[in-house]
Amino acid sequence: MLEYRIEIALWALSGVLPFIMFSLWSQNDVGNSFGLNDIGLARYFLSAFLVRQFSVVWVVFSFEEDSLSGRLSPYLLQPLHPLLRYVAAHLAEQATRLPFAIAIAITFFILNPSSFWLPSLPQLFLAYLSTHFAFTIAFLLQSLVAALCFWTEKSSALERLIFVPYLFLSGLLVPLSAFPSNVLKVAMLTPFPYLINFPAKILAGMPADIFNGFLAQILWISLLVPSVNLLWKLGVKRYTAMGA
Amino acid sequence: MQRYFKTIRLFWSTAFASQLEYQLNFLIELLAMLGTLLGSIFILSLFFTGGRQLGDWTWESALVIQGVYTFLDGLTNALLRPNLTEIVNYVREGTLDYVLLKPIDSQFWLSVKKFSFAGLPEIILGLIIVFWAAIQTGSSFSLYSLFVFIISLLIGFVILYSVWFLIAASSIWFVKTWNATEVLRALLAAGRYPISAYPVVLRFIFTLVLPVAFLTTFPAEAILGELKFNILFFGFILSSLFFIFSRFFWMFALKHYTSASS
Repeated sequence: MLEYRIEIALWALSGVLPFIMFSLWSQNDVGNSFGLNDIGLARYFLSAFLVRQFSVVWVVFSFEEDSLSGRLSPYLLQPLHPLLRYVAAHLAEQATRLPFAIAIAITFFILNPSSFWLPSLPQLFLAYLSTHFAFTIAFLLQSLVAALCFWTEKSSALERLIFVPYLFLSGLLVPLSAFPSNVLKVAMLTPFPYLINFPAKILAGMPADIFNGFLAQILWISLLVPSVNLLWKLGVKRYTAMGA
Repeated sequence: MQRYFKTIRLFWSTAFASQLEYQLNFLIELLAMLGTLLGSIFILSLFFTGGRQLGDWTWESALVIQGVYTFLDGLTNALLRPNLTEIVNYVREGTLDYVLLKPIDSQFWLSVKKFSFAGLPEIILGLIIVFWAAIQTGSSFSLYSLFVFIISLLIGFVILYSVWFLIAASSIWFVKTWNATEVLRALLAAGRYPISAYPVVLRFIFTLVLPVAFLTTFPAEAILGELKFNILFFGFILSSLFFIFSRFFWMFALKHYTSASS
């Protein structure tokens, strides 16, 4: 991983979307209408950026490549679930991304000194925990799509169908408190708000329903784990070992 | 010249034939596109709650910008992304050698080889939104504003193409460019909103450094009949410079091409 430092720096940069949205919301004074002043907005979007850095998932792309090139066959023979291999790769890259994320956070504070804050230790711990849960949910969701690789060769195209609702409902572009209440109700029924909005609110020190948030995250995980398992088992039976 | 048109026709008809095999893909793209459009119009509407405006753009005129963005995004998905993200593979596998040996311009070959027909609905829908929203603002088109609109779209597309191609061409040195294109995509998403809605520093960057303004805001102003002639002229110069630079950069990159595994 350390070999590809530029790659990782670029990837950290590709998360700039929350900052672009922050500049728009604050420049146009929209924050007040959903109960956030400029400092609140700044903290929320920096937190959203950080949460995304440590919860972003690309397992479907690696898996599709391995599946099409036949590299998956030896993995399946090993006494280790192949998905764990991808989990390890993700965690390793998250660790290498930490210094870049800190550098971007420092730059952000230099540009917006008034927004500087340090979360308390319990806050930091809860945010860390909920970001890990967010990563788990995102990983399971994508594994579900990845398992479809066993049926169709181009399952990465299906990933777009998860990415689109993720983009708009996770809180990456706007804090969910800005949503009209009926849209918010529907959004909260999906796993997406728990991927960015919930951990980011904890990290930014905004009032968050911590108990229900964690409960929902755990519920989604306990729903997704058996589904992935089942789909995986069904899929492996159909596996035709392409390229082997 | 005729040879080039004939080549494009052959390329795209084979692309069409091969994509008929993946009809499900087409459906997925269509769904994803509709979802994206719905989502971005929803986010846009949040800026207008309580009768506000977005950087002195009204709701209808901001929709024109969404339309232009959708149109260019469609072109990106149909033409730029399938072709230019492939260059890195040619370099890595050494198959760029064969492209260079062909009796046709290599930049041309690499830029038009593929055409993804799943991008077509987005292109058409983008144009429908542009005209529908422009009619809603009450502006009446003249032949002149239509002409300026087409020119400014061309300017925008040439800039977009050049930036994409520059990144793709850098794969001669860097064997992975996927992340660089992701940065580009994130930055280009800024074009969903009028340039005047951004803070001054970003306005400057999005006009001169990474000219997002020329991609969406100025074409939208053109169809609304508000684009100043000197901006159009400046855009013409800027897009020519971008294109010439991409050309030179490609020539320069080829000098450094050492070919893999041969």
